[in-house]
Amino acid sequence: MKHIPLCIIGCILLVEFSGCRRDTEEFQDSSVAQTASTDLLNDSTLLIPVEAVTLDYFPCSDCHSELIPNPQRRQLVDMHDDIVFDHDSENRWCLACHNTFDRDSLVLAGGKLLGFNESYKLCGQCHGPKYRDWRIGIHGKRTGEWNGNKQYLLCVHCHDPHAPKFKGMKPLPVPRKPENIYIDSIYERQENNPASP
Amino acid sequence: MKDRKTIRHPHRNIDRRDFMKWMAVGSASMASLSVLSSCNSDRLEAFFQEHFKELDENEMNEVLERLEREYKEKYNTDIEVSSTLPMENVIFGYGLDLSKCIGCRQCVYACVKENNLSRNPEVHYITVLEMEKDKGVDVLHANAYYNPEQVPEEGHFYMPVQCQQCRNAPCVKVCPVKATWEEPDGIVVVDYNWCIGCRNCMAACPYSARKFNWSEPYLPVDEINPDTEYLGNRPKMKGVVEKCTFCIQRVRNGKYPACLEICPTGSRKFGNLLDEQSEIRMIMKNKRVFIFKEELNTQPRFYYFYGT
Repeated sequence: MKHIPLCIIGCILLVEFSGCRRDTEEFQDSSVAQTASTDLLNDSTLLIPVEAVTLDYFPCSDCHSELIPNPQRRQLVDMHDDIVFDHDSENRWCLACHNTFDRDSLVLAGGKLLGFNESYKLCGQCHGPKYRDWRIGIHGKRTGEWNGNKQYLLCVHCHDPHAPKFKGMKPLPVPRKPENIYIDSIYERQENNPASP
Repeated sequence: MKDRKTIRHPHRNIDRRDFMKWMAVGSASMASLSVLSSCNSDRLEAFFQEHFKELDENEMNEVLERLEREYKEKYNTDIEVSSTLPMENVIFGYGLDLSKCIGCRQCVYACVKENNLSRNPEVHYITVLEMEKDKGVDVLHANAYYNPEQVPEEGHFYMPVQCQQCRNAPCVKVCPVKATWEEPDGIVVVDYNWCIGCRNCMAACPYSARKFNWSEPYLPVDEINPDTEYLGNRPKMKGVVEKCTFCIQRVRNGKYPACLEICPTGSRKFGNLLDEQSEIRMIMKNKRVFIFKEELNTQPRFYYFYGT
């Protein structure tokens, strides 16, 4: 009896999710949708994937199917040289995550292939504690309803997988000091609207 | 007995003292009449409005309609004012991850917009404090006016402070007119129409979370949030105190607070303290949590934690 509501919610989410997939297929020529797979939804209900992240070159097989894979670890020069790789670059390189033979897939350390929409599993194989926190909503960002449908972001929405350190930003304007609030307000009023008191 | 001096009048005798008395009575009644006649009925109703907790449903609706009329007249735009009841079995709690906050102040300005706060003079519900990592949480050495090119700055961490929605709230205790109280879902609210602006609550609050409208708030009409709540984000007036309500107009309708939705780092967490599966309960169970100024026994519902 306890699981009936969960099943119903699961079904609703599956329908929602299939809807998302259909939408993303419309622009699959040049991009792939980074929406989470259904297994996360089954484990942790009431989650709806957030909007898609698009990849510039997808599907990779457009080019790579005609190239002979070179598994030799090296600095890329002809293509993808715009990617700054700063993610344990001493020990890892492209093919630590991208599959050598099927470039449309990612690969786990154990050899299992993953779609790009399941990239969080790839992150989770090294960042276990963060992955667990993310699954229960401690790490990462969820929006929507605190008691209902939530949208969540995947790891790659906030962290560039090639250089995952969170980027800094310019802070928004400094608040006024209390001793200046009233004086500033009078001056600004006069400047903006001379008619106002 | 000495006779009083009298003023001679063609029809009756009236002494100086009586003359002064009647002049005073006459001028007072004329003044009150002119005041009353200059007021429209809405102003009279506002003046005689009962305390929020004593309003029945009909009176509440009349108050809300009156406020909508007032705002329409003042801002020339439609603003909906509602009064949503608290949910059953819900007590709100907030979590803030000090290891993730980068001090970008996005929350500060999202809050200003959501809650229709005065732009001038400036009212902010959230103050982000920059602190030094080697000093820890140390208010004496905190800086709210940092302005580097980029945050986070090396060796610093950031601690946003807003209303902590205390269970043992000093502000509620000191209010001489009971214009502020704790709602059943744990939100400490202010009735701006009942507040007399004495600012006792501001002096009592150890978190500097309460803000005063020192002059008529300026609110750009094109930036007004028209979905408002009586105890929440409706436009405020000069001379009243206001503060964070966890975005009461959003959370009582199931939504997350505005500061949480804007946060680029996901530092902010919110949920029902009575629900074991909620994010805030998960944090309290799994992470190192502390409350700010614990020694004052204010018992906040706002929990700071370290996500790492």
